[in-house]
Amino acid sequence: MTRTEPEPAVAESAPAAALHAGTSDPRTLIMRNLRQSGIYIAFVAIVALFTVLTNGVLLSPGNITNIVLQYSYILVLAIGMVILIIAGHIDLSVGSIVALTGAVSAVLVIQNDQPWAVGALAAVAVGIAVGAWHGFWVAYVGMPAFIVTLAGMLLFRGLTLQVLDNVSLSPFPPEYQKVAGGFLNGLLGGQGYDAFTLLIAGIAVAGYTVSVFRTRLARIRYEQPVESFPLFVARVLLVAAVVMYFAWQLAHARGLPIVLIVLAVLVLAYGLMTKSSVFGRQVYAIGGNLSAAMLSGVKVRKVNFWIFVNMGFLAGVAGVIYSSRSNGAQPAAGNMFELDAIAAAFIGGAAVAGGVGTVVGAVVGGLIMAVMSNGMQLMGVEQSTQSIVKGLVLLLAVAFDIYNKRRAGTTR
Amino acid sequence: MTDVLLEMRGITKRFPGVVALQDVSLEVRPGEIHAICGENGAGKSTLMKVLSGVYPSGSYDGEIRFDGKPVHFAGIRDSESAGIGIIHQELALVPYLSIAENIFLGNERRGRNGLIDWNRTNAEAGELLASVGLHESPVAPVIQLGVGKQQLVEIAKALSKDVRLLILDEPTAALNDVDSAHLLDLLRRLRDRGIACIMISHKLSEITAIADSTTVIRDGRTVETLDMRAGEVTQERIIRGMVGRDLESFYPERNSAPGEEVLRIEDWTVWHPVQHRKVVDGADLNVRAGEVVGIAGLMGAGRTELAMSVFGRSYGRNISGRVYMHGKQVRARTVAEAIDNGIAYATEDRKRYGLNLIADVRTNVSAAGLDKLARGGWVDGNEEIKVAEASRRDLNIKTRTVLDVVGTLSGGNQQKVVLSKWLFTDPDVLILDEPTRGIDVGAKFEIYTIINRLVAQGKAVIVISSELPELLGTCDRIYTLSAGRITGELPVAQATQEDLMALMTMEKELAG
Ligand SMILES: Nc1ncnc2c1ncn2[C@@H]1O[C@H](COP(=O)(O)OP(=O)(O)OP(=O)(O)O)[C@@H](O)[C@H]1O
Ligand SMILES: [Mg+2]
Repeated sequence: MTRTEPEPAVAESAPAAALHAGTSDPRTLIMRNLRQSGIYIAFVAIVALFTVLTNGVLLSPGNITNIVLQYSYILVLAIGMVILIIAGHIDLSVGSIVALTGAVSAVLVIQNDQPWAVGALAAVAVGIAVGAWHGFWVAYVGMPAFIVTLAGMLLFRGLTLQVLDNVSLSPFPPEYQKVAGGFLNGLLGGQGYDAFTLLIAGIAVAGYTVSVFRTRLARIRYEQPVESFPLFVARVLLVAAVVMYFAWQLAHARGLPIVLIVLAVLVLAYGLMTKSSVFGRQVYAIGGNLSAAMLSGVKVRKVNFWIFVNMGFLAGVAGVIYSSRSNGAQPAAGNMFELDAIAAAFIGGAAVAGGVGTVVGAVVGGLIMAVMSNGMQLMGVEQSTQSIVKGLVLLLAVAFDIYNKRRAGTTR
Repeated sequence: MTDVLLEMRGITKRFPGVVALQDVSLEVRPGEIHAICGENGAGKSTLMKVLSGVYPSGSYDGEIRFDGKPVHFAGIRDSESAGIGIIHQELALVPYLSIAENIFLGNERRGRNGLIDWNRTNAEAGELLASVGLHESPVAPVIQLGVGKQQLVEIAKALSKDVRLLILDEPTAALNDVDSAHLLDLLRRLRDRGIACIMISHKLSEITAIADSTTVIRDGRTVETLDMRAGEVTQERIIRGMVGRDLESFYPERNSAPGEEVLRIEDWTVWHPVQHRKVVDGADLNVRAGEVVGIAGLMGAGRTELAMSVFGRSYGRNISGRVYMHGKQVRARTVAEAIDNGIAYATEDRKRYGLNLIADVRTNVSAAGLDKLARGGWVDGNEEIKVAEASRRDLNIKTRTVLDVVGTLSGGNQQKVVLSKWLFTDPDVLILDEPTRGIDVGAKFEIYTIINRLVAQGKAVIVISSELPELLGTCDRIYTLSAGRITGELPVAQATQEDLMALMTMEKELAG
């Protein structure tokens, strides 16, 4: 080596040093996470607004249960949709898939007297097959998802009509209705409330606390920035309080809805999958820069194929939940569900260009829509006005997002 | 006329958590070529974005006076109408529009009826092209032009707006020597017409050759402004300003002791993906453990195409030929297979092919080697951060944390992230395509040192570069490529720039 020994002259700048000390100015952190935290703030604001507007009915035990039951299938769809959107695709056909899978299930269970599980499994299988169909055209033929799924929307709506022979089928046997309308309760008894629900919520909160605490410790150990300790504690307490309040209300109504458990499992599993599995990382890589992902050895076709299969699977699950809840299958079922799911993903912070978005964000985005719809229904607002409000919220959410990006100074 | 055209005083620009510029001052006299030098991330591009209104007035502190009057640009249109034109580090032409359409984009020549007057558009474009010395038809689509010519179109576009100050951010980074010389000539001619020029460059030889004065920026502050007209300022002098110490050599020394052959390519032929022509024609080459092999060639000779087609056939079609690793023929039909076989390719175009700009440093570093961090399909996030931190330290990447978004890093630091990504895959052969493009002298030295470290570990390295001195300074052996054919192979001890140049242009002369 002929060079003079490199001096440590380029010392760490003051802010960097502060970051590495393991704490950080909350403003910086909030600024950095504004995009993510913005949606939670919006959610709280909307809940507060409609609680006031409905004189507290919104948060009454019965109504909270209702919201969960009524919008669960949109949330399930939103999970699959946001993954597609992150990878730079979209699926316009999910409403039709919900209808088709529900119809297949109804034909088996109602017309052919098969057990409920056969119907449900067949619905999910059909969903997966439809997803594979879309995945084939998008991933292996290289067609834009917009076109493929637009075609799918027509195609599978038509198939639904044929499967149902243009008539509605109902009712399902009681066991099938339990999927969307059933509750897990009374397992531990209680004085006018369901102790089991509270126990599950308690376990969830404990699990959450342990997990975020461990993440924090690891971050500090690896000298990465973390929020200041009081802020951290405040965040954990807030989440715990919200979850427990929610559980308390459920416990005083009909207990723990089965769909809520399904939903919680899906959010956890997919949240983890997108965040820390190799597959999930590859989805983000594809959406962020397709060419760079390809040149990094990501098997782009395979990933694209499987995320469509996954969307089909979740649409099948949503189909089962929806047919169970509506207690039958109708030719027009699931109309416009795709738009609700897409809106949920974008309100939840996904970017139109791909590469950005989270499962939790999409679910919260879906909840925002759910609370708005439900709140306006309680207030007796007309359908037409509801539609206008929802449209504006979608518009404003994305506008806010773009504004934020500009302020962060990323010139893209 | 005042004796200063542009005066920037006390400019401070903050990004969330970073102070990119602190109290920077800059003075440009009318009709001079003013160079700006500094390490990667020093704040050069940011300063120019402040000046041209990309960062609008109010988003920074300080004062800008143009022609003696204070100015407050709210956007790039304002600065354009004041007579400031900027050509960014990344060219911004619309590929499928014609040259003339690009020149007058947003500034269309209209007839009385409000529609575009095509005759006038094309005629005026023709004049502008002549004035920048580009002999192309104004109606040719830009996509048909090489980078060097696109650069000239950008300048013609700026001239169409009557600029009095032209800003060029690393204009020659992607150009070969011939095109660079042409561009510098053009800047001299513009200067003679009274157009002042601010030029950012990491090629110090160009700066000493052309600049009238040079302002050096370090860590977001002005260090000094050097008067270059007397011709006494040397490259070493500028470097001292940039890095705050002397750099005794451009290339670290290395004892080369090549061992066993690692990679051999035989009879490699690649066809253009859409046109009916061979891009690489029957190429044979090899590289041994502990050896650095260079590939020299002009723009369009097929260097990148050769490398990318070997790297999992990521370029071209009808590829034929054989790839051997450690003497055994291997399948490398996909990028994943190539990586598994120990081949890595760091691209020359980091924004298009190298990085996920909206993701953080950490995920970019791990992108090609995720499998190494994963158990049962799950990524160990902590380990990933550790790896990214290690790269940050080893390559001296300037970023606050590895969780920062790569798109906010300066160009040179982005390049280091690309390198980190491939180093992490721990390849046996590392193909580096223009590894020091847009990188400052200090960082270049660091990258050469990394190359040396790799070969000392018994790896093989292939360097593709347009800068012949770089190839001569780092390689053991150099292949020359011309029009898709390998026209020569020289041990570096026997090679001179003239020899290489002759071999690089050989086939062309035969054909022409
Ligand atoms: N949008 C942004 N957000 C946050 N930080 C930024 C942003 N743009 C630039 N920076 C930071 O400002 C500093 C200066 O960057 P700039 O691009 O001006 O460097 P440069 O001198 O042009 O370097 P190079 O020679 O590598 O192009 C860097 O530390 C960079 O990370
Ligand atoms: Mg720059």
